[in-house]
Amino acid sequence: MTPLSRFQIAWRAAQDLREGAYVNLGIGMPTLAARYVPAGREVIFHSENGILGLGPAPKAGEEDDDLIDAGKNLTTLVRGGCYVHHADAFLMIRGGHLDVSLLGAFEVSGSGDLANWTTEDPDFPPGVGGAMDLAVGAREIRVLMDHVHKQGQPRILNRCSLPLTASGVVKRIYSSLAVIDVTPQGLVVREMVPGMDLARLQAMTEPKLTLAADCAVITAPAELAVPKAAKPAGQAA
Amino acid sequence: MINKQIDDIRAAVADIRDGAVVLVPGFGAVGIADHLLEALCDQGARDLTIVANNSGNDEHGLARLINLGRVRKVICSYPRSGDYSAFLNAYRAKTLELELVPQGTISERMRCAAAGLGGFFSPVSAGTRLAEGKETREIDGKLYVFEKPLRGDVALVKAWRADRWGNLVYRKSARNFNPICAMAADLTIVEAAEMVELGALDPETVVTPGIFVDRIVAVGHVPPNNHPSRAKYAGAAA
Repeated sequence: MTPLSRFQIAWRAAQDLREGAYVNLGIGMPTLAARYVPAGREVIFHSENGILGLGPAPKAGEEDDDLIDAGKNLTTLVRGGCYVHHADAFLMIRGGHLDVSLLGAFEVSGSGDLANWTTEDPDFPPGVGGAMDLAVGAREIRVLMDHVHKQGQPRILNRCSLPLTASGVVKRIYSSLAVIDVTPQGLVVREMVPGMDLARLQAMTEPKLTLAADCAVITAPAELAVPKAAKPAGQAA
Repeated sequence: MINKQIDDIRAAVADIRDGAVVLVPGFGAVGIADHLLEALCDQGARDLTIVANNSGNDEHGLARLINLGRVRKVICSYPRSGDYSAFLNAYRAKTLELELVPQGTISERMRCAAAGLGGFFSPVSAGTRLAEGKETREIDGKLYVFEKPLRGDVALVKAWRADRWGNLVYRKSARNFNPICAMAADLTIVEAAEMVELGALDPETVVTPGIFVDRIVAVGHVPPNNHPSRAKYAGAAA
């Protein structure tokens, strides 16, 4: 049993983005999803700093000083894209105009509580950015995360230990081991990595898991299995 | 004849007072009025409250203002961006206060002030630590937090093109907080890359109408400080 790489998690999340969807990608792993949208599918990416129609990283020689993404990397605008000011960029977020927000998470609870804005490090000031806006605004919040901490403790918990970003908002979890839906009946496992079974997944997850009747195996492209590629262009710091 | 253009950048910022609330638009290094911030550093006003998305980088602009000990408080969403050691040192030394506000709440609080409204109820941060001490209300079954308007004494705005009436357009993602801050301050000072003739801006695409603008300084096209692509301009910028 091999966990998915961050690229494979991003790939899996990208497969669920519908034709015509307006989507915000959070900084970090979610940003990677932009490159794995299936060919021929038009998905429009929103960036909190006032871009609707965010494109890929610029080619060498085509960089523009005035065009950066939410991770403050140089970026591009797709044909048909446009610029808005910050109040409108967040009106789109807060007002439910985005179909999907893909976010990173430190912890998620069984009822969809999300903790992704502070680890309470006493040596550094907290920073919230657009995390709380994104967590309550989009029609559907999906998170991408490693299933467990480096030492193996669960990050999907009965109750988040870190300060919340928003309560009861997460609808789907793409973890390094499974795709899990947060439903009123609890967590439902839709897919698992090859070789995984419910008992082993449950041992790494605090809230009770239920196996979907049609639970499938995740088949992510093997070439994305690299654990840590060189930092790709367009990826947030 | 109305002419809001001022040649001397020192004169443009001369009357910013000690204790002023200064709106500093920009996101990362983009859309920041670098020249006006340097002029404010040189001008000497102190005990400033800065409203910005980030907290300044390296030793320029806002970071320099903090290093000079002239900032009492920063209202921002994300101080931890780039080399923010100026802010970090002052934060750790407790010589500066941080009010952390979600990014969309900062822009909406300023927009609210610009619109003459007394505040708004937002779902953002409801039930979280950032809503502690704030009034909440359940509206149609959903929890909201009351947010007050945020008005500046001064806004330091960066535009791409301006005319002498103060009509402004911005360039790409350098628009960000600029049009909001321009509307939300008692005194709005603009640095523009280019001045154009009155009538040269397409009236259908003016982003900030001149009614919101008090002063304009033309600074030319200069790459932003601390920019990811700055290295390739090494030596080119003032």
